[in-house]
Amino acid sequence: MSATYNPMELMICCAARLLENGRTVAVGTGAPCAAAMLAQRTHAPDLVVFFESGGVGPQLPTMPISVGDSRTFYRGIMATSMADVMETCQRGMMDYTFLGGAQIDAFGNLNSTMIGKDYKKPKIRLPGSGGANDLASFCWRILVLTNHDKRRFVEKVDFLTTPGYLTGPGAREAAGLAPGTGPYRVITDLAIMGYHDQTKRMEVLSLHPGVTMEQVQSNTGFAITAHGQLATTLAPTESELRILREEVDPHRYIIGRA
Amino acid sequence: MSTPLRNGDGPLYADPSANRAREFFHTKPRSMTDKLMSVKDAVARLIKDGEYLAVGGFGADRLPSAVCHEIVRQNPQNLTLAGHTATHDFQILAAGNLTGRGKLIARVDAAYIVGLEARGLSPHARRVMESGEVESTEWSNYSLAVRFKAAAMGLPFLPMRSMLGTDTFKKSPCKEIVCPYSGEKLLAVPACYPDVGVIHVHEADRYGNCRIRGTSVADFDLARASKKLIVTCERLIPNDDIRGDPTRTLIPFFCVDAVCEVPFGSYPGNMPYEYFSDEEHLHQWLEAEADEAEYKKFIDKYIFGVSDFSEYLQLSGGLPRLQKLRQEEFLLNRGK
Repeated sequence: MSATYNPMELMICCAARLLENGRTVAVGTGAPCAAAMLAQRTHAPDLVVFFESGGVGPQLPTMPISVGDSRTFYRGIMATSMADVMETCQRGMMDYTFLGGAQIDAFGNLNSTMIGKDYKKPKIRLPGSGGANDLASFCWRILVLTNHDKRRFVEKVDFLTTPGYLTGPGAREAAGLAPGTGPYRVITDLAIMGYHDQTKRMEVLSLHPGVTMEQVQSNTGFAITAHGQLATTLAPTESELRILREEVDPHRYIIGRA
Repeated sequence: MSTPLRNGDGPLYADPSANRAREFFHTKPRSMTDKLMSVKDAVARLIKDGEYLAVGGFGADRLPSAVCHEIVRQNPQNLTLAGHTATHDFQILAAGNLTGRGKLIARVDAAYIVGLEARGLSPHARRVMESGEVESTEWSNYSLAVRFKAAAMGLPFLPMRSMLGTDTFKKSPCKEIVCPYSGEKLLAVPACYPDVGVIHVHEADRYGNCRIRGTSVADFDLARASKKLIVTCERLIPNDDIRGDPTRTLIPFFCVDAVCEVPFGSYPGNMPYEYFSDEEHLHQWLEAEADEAEYKKFIDKYIFGVSDFSEYLQLSGGLPRLQKLRQEEFLLNRGK
C-alpha cells in the first residue's frame, strides 16, 4: 500500500494537513503555497489564501513565481493593498502563516537578515524581514517549512529578524506583541516539531518514517527533546500524492527540488 | 510585567515632520497641466543628488523599470533608497555602485533588498551591501508601508504592532510607546515623505490621473507621500476616460509631476493582465552578476549601451518576446 514519495512531498502533505477548513492563511511562494493548494483540493476547500502584496482568495492556476505576481490574485475575491492584507492580520483575522529563514533557534526566532557578527559589514547580506516580521507578529499560528540541518537549527541566530517566542515564556507579551500568537509547528525533512507549553522551546512531536530521535538531535544545533510518546508521521496517501503531482505542481517546480 | 520602553539605535534618513511636509505641499502645483515628457527628462528634472527615492510596485511586479535604468544612466549620487519589496529595482540601481561610477546608493531603509525572491540572491547587490559602502537601517515591508501611510495622512508617525522585541527593531530608528487609551505597548514608526516616488501604472492621462489593475501594494500611499512623483504608464488615455469612471482613479493628477508613456514598462517584470515576467532574462542577469567582468559586460550592453528603454526592449527580444510573455500572462501556453 505504501506509496513512494520524496521528503519535499511529505513535508508539503504534513503542512497541508495542519490547515483547517474555513480558516485564513498568509503564504509566500514555493512549498507553503503548494501546501495551501493541496489543502484546498483535499480537506479544506474553504481555506482563504492571502499574499502580502494584496492578493486575496485566488484560484491559483499555477504556482506563483513572485509573492506579487498576477497569479496571486488570479480569479481572486480581491486585489487590494499590502496595508489591507497586513491590517487584516493585525486585526486578528489571519489564522496561519508560513515563514522561513537562514537560521532558526529553539524558540522559533528566525534570521533572514545577515550572517556574520558585524551589521555594518556582514559576511552574507540576506534580504531582511520582508513581510516576515509583520506576519509573525500578527498571525495566530506560525508554521515553518524547512530542511533540517545544523547550520539552520542554531543555538543563537546571528540576527533576530522575526519573532518566535523571543527569550521564552511571556517574552512576546512583554515585548508588546499580541497575546496568543506565536510559533506553532516546524516541519522538516526529518520530523514535525511543536513548542513545549511551559518552556516554549522546540520539541519533536513526530518522526518521519525511518527517522530516529538521534538523527534529529545530531542535525539540530540546540538540545531538543521529544514530546511524550513519539508518533510516526503519517506517510502521504495515494490521493494526496496524485493531487500534489497532477494538479498542484505538475511541472515539479517544488517537489522536484527534493 | 512589561519591560521599559525602548528606542531602536538606527539612524533616521527622512524628515518625519508633518509641518515641514505641509510647507512643501503648500507650494506643490495643483493646476491640470500637461505633464507628458520623456523618461530622460523626468529623471533629469526631478531626481537630484542626495535625495530620498522610493520605487512602487512589488519588486519585479508592476516595476517602473525604465526609470530605474535611466537613473543608473544619469547617475545621481548618494541617494537614499526605500528598500520596500526591492527586488529587481534594487538590482538595477545597484549597478550604480562598485562599477567605477561613484556611489549611486548611499543609504537604504532595508525591508527587503538584495534578493529576487525564489530566484535567489543578487551577487552584485550582495557585493554592494557587504562592502560596507552603503549604510542601512532595518524595517519590515509593512512598517515601511505604514511610514508612507503616515505621510499620506499628513502625520509625523503612526503606531503599529510588529518589529517589537527583535533585532529588526534595534537596527531601526523606531521607538516604543504606550497607547494613552488602552495602555498597550506599540511601535511608533516615523512618517516617510520621499523626495521622489516612481510608480508604473496601466493607464494615465497627460495630467497624471492614474489607473492600475490588480494589487496596489503600497502605491496609493506612496503616491500621496512623495514630494515629487514620476509616473510611467503602459498606455496614455484621454482625460474623458478618467472622468467617465472616476471610481477607477488610484492616483489623482495633483500628486504627479511627470507622466511618461512606456509600453511594456515593467519588463522584465510582470504587469498584471498585460504580460508575465521574463524569467529567462532575470536569470541571465543573476548569472552574469556572479562574475564581475561578465557583469560589467552585461550592464554595458543592457543599460549603458542603449539610449532608452525601447532599445533595451529591442535588445531583449523585442515584440516577439513580449508577445510570448503576453501569452504566458493569459495562461495560453499551459502544458506546452
